[in-house]
Amino acid sequence: MTIRRRADPDPVPDPGPAAALDAYLVVRRAGFTLDLRLTVAAGEVVALLGPNGAGKTTALRALAGLQPLHAGHLRLGDRTLDQPEAGVLVAPEHRPIGVVFQDYLLFPHLTALDNVAFGPRSHGVPRRVAREAAAGWLDRVGLTGHARRRPRELSGGQAQRVALARALAVRPQLLLLDEPLAALDARTRAETRAHLRQHLAAHTGVAVLVSHDPLDAMMLADRLVIVEDGRLVQSGDAATVTARPRSDYVARLVGLNLYRGSGDGVTVTLPGGFRLVAAEPQRGDVFVAFPPSAVALYRQRPDGSPRNSWPATVSSVARNGDRLRVELAGPLPVGADVTAAAAAHLDLRRGERVWATLKATEVAGYPADPDRTILGGSQASDGNSSPGGNPGEHRGRDA
Amino acid sequence: MTVTAPPAVSRRRRRTDRRPPVFLALPALAGLAFLTLPLAGLLLRTPWGQLPARLTAPGVLDALRLSLLTATAATVLCLLLGVPLAWLLARTRFPGRSLIRALVTVPLVLPPVVGGVALLLVYGRRGLVGGWLDSAFGVTLPFTTTAVVLAEAFVAMPFLIIAVEGALRGADPRYEEAAATLGASRWTTFRRVTLPMVGPGIAAGSVLCWARALGEFGATITFAGNFPGRTQTMPLAVYLALEQDLDAAIVLSLLLLTVSVVILAGLRDRWVGGLR
Repeated sequence: MTIRRRADPDPVPDPGPAAALDAYLVVRRAGFTLDLRLTVAAGEVVALLGPNGAGKTTALRALAGLQPLHAGHLRLGDRTLDQPEAGVLVAPEHRPIGVVFQDYLLFPHLTALDNVAFGPRSHGVPRRVAREAAAGWLDRVGLTGHARRRPRELSGGQAQRVALARALAVRPQLLLLDEPLAALDARTRAETRAHLRQHLAAHTGVAVLVSHDPLDAMMLADRLVIVEDGRLVQSGDAATVTARPRSDYVARLVGLNLYRGSGDGVTVTLPGGFRLVAAEPQRGDVFVAFPPSAVALYRQRPDGSPRNSWPATVSSVARNGDRLRVELAGPLPVGADVTAAAAAHLDLRRGERVWATLKATEVAGYPADPDRTILGGSQASDGNSSPGGNPGEHRGRDA
Repeated sequence: MTVTAPPAVSRRRRRTDRRPPVFLALPALAGLAFLTLPLAGLLLRTPWGQLPARLTAPGVLDALRLSLLTATAATVLCLLLGVPLAWLLARTRFPGRSLIRALVTVPLVLPPVVGGVALLLVYGRRGLVGGWLDSAFGVTLPFTTTAVVLAEAFVAMPFLIIAVEGALRGADPRYEEAAATLGASRWTTFRRVTLPMVGPGIAAGSVLCWARALGEFGATITFAGNFPGRTQTMPLAVYLALEQDLDAAIVLSLLLLTVSVVILAGLRDRWVGGLR
């Protein structure tokens, strides 16, 4: 029996077949409403990505049961965890969850081992067995030999691993991570990210993580859910989201120029009246996006093939990696990336007048209504994305 | 020159750091003198030659034993009732909470004699609760050792509640949330997370509470009377001795002072030291 226990480091009962998450989270607060639909398949890792104050952490707390829903529902498999209309609310301690908190919240008076054993013990596992299991989890996260340390004796990366082990030790069906890497310095962060990724891949249940760092979210998650102002703005894998942003926030994150306009053939008319020529024909309410590197700058009006060219004024020049990011004011406010040599050659300074060109082939257009891509139809929709009608808005905020 | 300059600067700075400003130093010294002079006076007037005989006089050790016993019992009572009350005040929101917090601290500002009268009115034989206790169980509280414990607990509990509530407010409630997400029941969370985290605060509060209970006089003499061996604690014995024999009062005072200082110093090093 003892040998059997040693072989199986998980004395907490097996959670059973992995269950999918089906949630409609509505939480109202003064001046803020979270209204978020979220479905996650078993084994899938979803990242809630959004700016500070978007409601990501509130959503996570609602999933954990630390914040009751005001409306909507939360189901895990066939079990309802929260549904105000039906009067159902399962307390956090009775949910099959594991949470990694942003600042880990390791119990300062307990050793690393006892922190990890805390969950199994709370689930009724005898102390000795729980400690054996905890030692097994510390092994798995690479912290063998740190069992007797107190949280204050651990480095940030080690504390993060203990927090992960503690959350996994209860064998959660729903693993929740709140900014799991935010408290780490850059070097530890990359290492911990890779480590966390392994464990998330091995997790058979649902995993939801919250991040405001696009790199973390893209590296760790199978799917991104962009949340802004309490609402879902965009959902999809990293490639889709980065190629086809649907809000200024995402466009800024991935470094694209994004506009919304009205398509008529290859020409897209922006609200200010500027006409942009795209690669593919577009119809109706569309987004157009292009990378800053696609914008070329000239002293004189250029001849030749670019379908888009317009006069502009330099409003700022700033270093961006090994290039310079030039913000341009004019009929189409854009960001353009140029090499330092080109900038010197063009003598780019604030207030200088230049000509900007953009090849049509660099301009990606896609319907503003996300359903239309799939359905191929042209259903009218208010759209859950709201980047606003002013195409220059986000550029102005950038400057 | 440049090599010697930095130490000179730092030495000068250290010297100015070391010397506190006069406007603070003078009152501070006066305060210290004010607090320690009476104690020195007590030591100076102590009839050291008679000490052994005085200490073994009948009733002295009884009073000491009773004082230690009742103060400890009162502290235990305060812990059992005061810690949950402090938790309620610190961790929950309910209408009238600030009023309740004010009520809890009333014994701090109430003259202890008034507290004793109030206790007598409620737990006395004809009192609200006392009458019922008497008729239902034949239990009479006033003028018993239990009454001493109740009087001391009444006066000392606010000290514990304030200290523990402060500690609870300083402890991040999210640790309790973390415990809940790990499957811990409310009781397990309280026992294994909340209590250990506010342990130093509870220890400090207990020490304050015990010291206050040990020195309790007004409420005790009003509610429990002054019966040697039953309700006569050290402060009461000192007061009684003062009426008849000043030297006896001095010896008793010295004894009470010594015992409380020794015990508090011992506890401070073991528990409260963890606060720093």
